[in-house]
Amino acid sequence: MEFGVVELSRLQFAMTAMYHFLFVPLTLGLSVIVAIMETVYVMTNRPIWRQMTKFWGTLFGINFVLGVATGITMEFQFGMNWSYYSHYVGDIFGAPLAIEGLMAFFLEATFVGLFFFGWDKLSKVQHLIVAWLVAIGSNFSALWILIANGWMQNPVGAKFNPMTMRMEMTSFYDVLFNEVAQAKFVHTVSAGYVTAAVFVLGVSAWYMLKGRHCELARRSIAVAASFGLASALSVVVLGDESGYDTSLNQKMKLAAIEAMWETEPAPAPFTLFGIPDQEARETNYAIKIPWAMGLIGTRSLDTVIPGIEELVKRSEERIRSGLIAYDALMTIRADRGEVAPDVRGRFEEHSADLGYALLLKRYVEDPRTATEDQILQAANDTVPTVWPLFWAFRFMVALGFSFIAVMAYFFYLASFRKMQFPRWALYFGVAIIPTPWIAAELGWFVSEFGRQPWTVDGVLPTALSVSHLGIGDLVITLAGFVAFYTILFIIEMGLMVKYIRKGPYMDVAETKAWMARHEHRLRTHDGNVPVTMPAE
Amino acid sequence: MILYELVSFELLRVVWWLLLGVLLIGFALTDGFDMGVGALLPFVAKTDIERRVVINTVGPVWEGNQVWFILGGGAIFAAWPPLYAVSFSGFYLAMFAILAALILRPVGFKYRSKRDGAAWRGGWDWALFVGGAVPALIFGVAVGNVLQGVPFHLTEDLLPMYDGTFYAKFLGLLNPFAILAGLVSFGMLLMHGAAWLTVKTEGAIAARARSIGTVMGLIAFLGFALAGIWLYLGIDGYAIVGPVVADGPSNPLYSDVAKGGSWLAAYVVRPWIAIAPVLGFLGMAMAIRGLRGHGEVSTLLWSKLGIFGVISTVGLTMFPFILPSSIDPRSSLTVWDASSSHLTLFVMLVVTVIFMPIILLYTAWVYKVLWGKVTETSVTENSDSVY
Repeated sequence: MEFGVVELSRLQFAMTAMYHFLFVPLTLGLSVIVAIMETVYVMTNRPIWRQMTKFWGTLFGINFVLGVATGITMEFQFGMNWSYYSHYVGDIFGAPLAIEGLMAFFLEATFVGLFFFGWDKLSKVQHLIVAWLVAIGSNFSALWILIANGWMQNPVGAKFNPMTMRMEMTSFYDVLFNEVAQAKFVHTVSAGYVTAAVFVLGVSAWYMLKGRHCELARRSIAVAASFGLASALSVVVLGDESGYDTSLNQKMKLAAIEAMWETEPAPAPFTLFGIPDQEARETNYAIKIPWAMGLIGTRSLDTVIPGIEELVKRSEERIRSGLIAYDALMTIRADRGEVAPDVRGRFEEHSADLGYALLLKRYVEDPRTATEDQILQAANDTVPTVWPLFWAFRFMVALGFSFIAVMAYFFYLASFRKMQFPRWALYFGVAIIPTPWIAAELGWFVSEFGRQPWTVDGVLPTALSVSHLGIGDLVITLAGFVAFYTILFIIEMGLMVKYIRKGPYMDVAETKAWMARHEHRLRTHDGNVPVTMPAE
Repeated sequence: MILYELVSFELLRVVWWLLLGVLLIGFALTDGFDMGVGALLPFVAKTDIERRVVINTVGPVWEGNQVWFILGGGAIFAAWPPLYAVSFSGFYLAMFAILAALILRPVGFKYRSKRDGAAWRGGWDWALFVGGAVPALIFGVAVGNVLQGVPFHLTEDLLPMYDGTFYAKFLGLLNPFAILAGLVSFGMLLMHGAAWLTVKTEGAIAARARSIGTVMGLIAFLGFALAGIWLYLGIDGYAIVGPVVADGPSNPLYSDVAKGGSWLAAYVVRPWIAIAPVLGFLGMAMAIRGLRGHGEVSTLLWSKLGIFGVISTVGLTMFPFILPSSIDPRSSLTVWDASSSHLTLFVMLVVTVIFMPIILLYTAWVYKVLWGKVTETSVTENSDSVY
């Protein structure tokens, strides 16, 4: 691969976005878990739940701040590195980003300060409301960002305007209720909840193995396992919904994920394992499950899922149709819109394929002068590289199903086995802490790498979307971000580990006072004192 | 949907130009003081506990304040896509410097007091200084360049192109007028930060803030006056040639623009706009007076008025221009040809009208809850929950 401005811009975006998403899922989930813990505290008045809220809140804060800091880059780099993209689709894409700020991020960021600083300044109920507002703000943030991203995958409610040379919104309703966006939102947020659940479970398991803070750890595992089980189920169900929506809209992405070169008779089989060969357009050593793909992808027995070969042919047709639109557009532009109705009519008829003509801009300045070879080449370009998608998808799905099993097991122990956890399970809980992050990053990879060669599917090719920058500019910022982000990551991990080792802040006086008040009830329970005092 | 046509395209564009101003001013008034506080940190506070006091004056609020900046970016993207596309890629390395500084800031606030050790804390103190001082300076430098015009042109496809190599352009940003504008914004935000510290702290810290703030206020005041004279004598303005089409398609190439004449001609056409610089001077003068005397809340309010006046002055002087092009005036972005579509502007206005008042209400409530001085005792006693 040659590293020009396009490749470097993509690399920088991928790096900063994936780095940002190291912090986002934990923020999404932990904000809710912390709010749940505080709710229990306010309802029961038991100090241990306040300690839990504060302890997990501290870890939430360390993580949250890097999510915010790296989010700043995300908000501005469309303009910095993707200026043609920003011009071309800003009329639609900008709106959800701005609404995210107005509706969600303001809420989250204004109240998060009060969450940490307001313990003594607010009543219990007020503080609880603040905690929930932070959680709601975080989750609403994700909603608007995924509406923006969903539009890149499935650009509904918009139309090209020849006078302004850009896409313009025709229906805000369609952009808002884009089914791809809705499915992606729930899938992504649930993935965040699973991430936080695995994190809380893993850290608590570590405490139990060390015999420290067992009361706090046990309750935390109970919360994490029940919350995590529901979320893990939701991730898989909504992931399936995402897959179904992809089959409606991004057929090429679906075919690439499945390494389905030829159109198979319906219902198509699902390839469980195989080695895709892009050159030969075949999958070696394939192990297939009959019918599975057809059922998942189309939810029917007779709908055909087109294979890559067929989709390339369709792309070729759309390029030819797009060239008619492009030719009409040039006439309209030259005459500033004062054109004969038949030119306008030709443009309207073919404008949905205009983006396909733009694929040729990689090869020629004026797509109308493209040769047959170049048209075929551009049609081939609509196939993303298959093997990374094929494998990333399978790893993600395997992890998704394992989370259901793990959470179900811990939920069972917490609910029906009096929270007695075998040591091997606790070790396992610690070991799996990194896995939800891997699954989440793989998910984004499948979604965005699978969208190539487009930034906006069928509308704007990636190669055209970049800014007019020099290689030098990109090398400086890319190197800067890598160095800067690496240092921040090391610092963040260091603090996380420090605060986990340090453990919760135990308010001994408060706990003693509470136990004295409730001595009678505690004794009559079963003779044991359920709240043990901190050893340290 | 026909509903959106009830509000004319022209009016929506003017409203969104005003809202752009509201966002920039909102950002300068809120995030402005905590950037000012960051830049003042090493100078107004000497010991660790003093620095913690200073940091905790903005500790609970910087996060919300910073959203004004993020929202500014989002709103420019949504309402003025060509401005978003041209300016951020044109000021590429400057934007990178701002981003780096703004990333350091949150991390500095949050992480500084999470470990002991002079090197750790001292390092973060300097990070907070950079995080406050660098953006404060660069924002002014950017405005100074916008007033002179930026070297870009638009192709027929409306792709923004820039002249020269990037390093030359980056250094080109640092021309004398732009540096003067940078000093104005630097002085202004540090003055604002000092005014905030007089409200939130007492004793030695407040006293140091008052003396440094006075100097910064004077720099901003004199720099603002000098910039006005310079604008009159040595900087070309821009003007639309021919009839102004206020509700046409957003394509900058459809109108002609000429460079020459003076920006200050606007004050002849619309004399009432002189109120903006007058408020700027008045606010800064009174803030300086308050800093030298005993004013606390009043000083902060005067400082706010000064910032409001200065930023409004820039916007009103340039109207209807948003981003003039120095090498191809026809490509210049104006209020009439660089907006989103009619529908998008309308939708965004509805959302803003609903949410902006709610934001202002809860922000006010949070400030009310946190009202009161931050002292060494209050920091030590709440060591587990404050920075």
